[in-house]
Amino acid sequence: MTENELVTISPRRMALRRFVGHKAAVASCVVLGLFVVMVALSPITARYGVNESVRKPPNSFLPPQRIAWLGTDDIGRDIYSRLIYGIRVSLLIGLFSAIISVTIGCVVGAVAGFRGGYFDDVMMRVTDLFLAFPFLVALLVVRNMLGALSWLSPLIGDSGSIRFIIFLLAIFGWMVVARIVRGQVLSLKEREFIEAARAVGASRKYIILRHLLPNSIGPIMVALTFSVVGAIIGEATLSFFGYGPQAGSGTTSLGLLVGQAKGAVQTGFWWMALFPCVALVVISLCINFIGDALRDATDPRLDMGH
Amino acid sequence: MLRFIVRRIAWAFPTLLVVTFLVYVALRIGTNPVNSYLRANPRASLEKIAEYKELNGLGTNYVAGYFGWLTHFITLDWPRSIKGSREVFPALTHALANSLRLGVAATIVGVIIGLGIGVFAALHPGGHRDVTVNTAAFIGISVPPYISAILLQLLFAVYWSRWFGGTLFPTSGVYPPGNDGFNLVLMLKHMALPTIVVAIQVIAVYSRYMRSSLLDVMNSDYMRTARSKGISERRILIRHGMRNALIPVVTIAAIDVGAIVGGLIITENIFDYPGMGVYFLKAFGDGDFPLMMPWMVLIVASILVFNLIADVTYSWLDPRIRLD
Repeated sequence: MTENELVTISPRRMALRRFVGHKAAVASCVVLGLFVVMVALSPITARYGVNESVRKPPNSFLPPQRIAWLGTDDIGRDIYSRLIYGIRVSLLIGLFSAIISVTIGCVVGAVAGFRGGYFDDVMMRVTDLFLAFPFLVALLVVRNMLGALSWLSPLIGDSGSIRFIIFLLAIFGWMVVARIVRGQVLSLKEREFIEAARAVGASRKYIILRHLLPNSIGPIMVALTFSVVGAIIGEATLSFFGYGPQAGSGTTSLGLLVGQAKGAVQTGFWWMALFPCVALVVISLCINFIGDALRDATDPRLDMGH
Repeated sequence: MLRFIVRRIAWAFPTLLVVTFLVYVALRIGTNPVNSYLRANPRASLEKIAEYKELNGLGTNYVAGYFGWLTHFITLDWPRSIKGSREVFPALTHALANSLRLGVAATIVGVIIGLGIGVFAALHPGGHRDVTVNTAAFIGISVPPYISAILLQLLFAVYWSRWFGGTLFPTSGVYPPGNDGFNLVLMLKHMALPTIVVAIQVIAVYSRYMRSSLLDVMNSDYMRTARSKGISERRILIRHGMRNALIPVVTIAAIDVGAIVGGLIITENIFDYPGMGVYFLKAFGDGDFPLMMPWMVLIVASILVFNLIADVTYSWLDPRIRLD
């Protein structure tokens, strides 16, 4: 009886247990959760509006003080409040573009891995090429091209909108996911249970949807977390060079805030540079830690050492 | 081996053609070269415009236009830049020289330190050092280059002189304004901060690769055999461990060149370092088609070359891999 009880831990429980054992990841979850709560409750937690100045001029470049906890920027807006709005936009961009890239990546990766042949070759060649190219250059060129194609704009918006950035980052994001899923499918499809499914006449679609994808859920989750970071960093990079969502629409993002810091550095307004940078690093670090722990937790091969 | 190299080189040319064609189309749609030419030269005569279109292959449809551009490109009859009508070739080589200096310096510093740290961490997996190195590398990967650049700039441009007086490392350019000729010390001082920024990325990536690669090797059978023969631990590490652990790392090094170029572009822009990155972003902002195309060809070609080098060194280092 006792022996039976010992082996009846489900793989999911085992993964959860391994994840909880990863201290940095648990701490990251807490920190990230705090960020999400702050952002979700932005009407309460933010002290000023996005474009509201903290007081009548002179109000620009105030160092951190009681009326502006993290100081103010060049036109007197509260950096703390703007950070909250910025993080909200960045997290949304990260999440949505990651969901799109993972969806596309799963389909393409699974089909390419399962069918093999010509489609697989072409797909992998294209992704190889894109991934070898300097990321920023590819991003800029494709951004301008998509922005110039007017027939696309009903779907993805114009090139300064947040929707456009989400789609743009998803276009690059899915390739990474597709490679991971393809690799997983390639190793899974030779296994006995797939052969069994095929023997009883399951269709290709059924095998992919019911066997291959559910069995790759671990790597897919890991890819999802890393796609979120990739998109957040990607948006920040674009915004940093002025090619991100445009500030004119009243919104802000982490990248725009970091980009603003570029001009403030030489004059010594350290609060403008430090706080957005720290926020971006903390967020990307937390998600990276979580992704790393997920990879360890869902990879059963790593359990042999324990 | 030779056959493999020849075949790969033969394949590289069509790839280069296809990719540059795609880049040509993307740039033509995205930056609208004719419009940006008119924007930069509002009073250009009709002949000038026609000449510009002809030299850049912009007049006709995409395929014919591409081959028109290609003919001029191959015969070294390169069109001049749209702003100020500069010669493109000297500008490109100047930028390339600056970038190569920075890139090579950062890669050498980064690879040496990164590999060293990776070995250091792998010697006692799970120990204190290992955890510290791993966490540090993780933070290094999570920090985008522009953030470390901004923070370093803040430190050196503002606070160093405030705290210690004088400037240790200048934060922009290759030389101070007004400097003529070659001056090694000044050049190295200007290169220090951009090199550190790029090197941080390289160190973070390579220490992780080296650590995991060396750990794989350390657990392999031939290491146990070597130990059982009574070879000293040090010799095992150098002759058997390091040599084999470097094989995957070398491959990644050659493939990673795109990432290093990406890091350079960002870093150069923040430090106003007149290299390939500043060159490209400026040309891209102006929609300067004659400046951008040779840059793209150079980047694509170097990526293809480094990929080839990766494959060749891989098979050369690891006799288990047969290429043809």
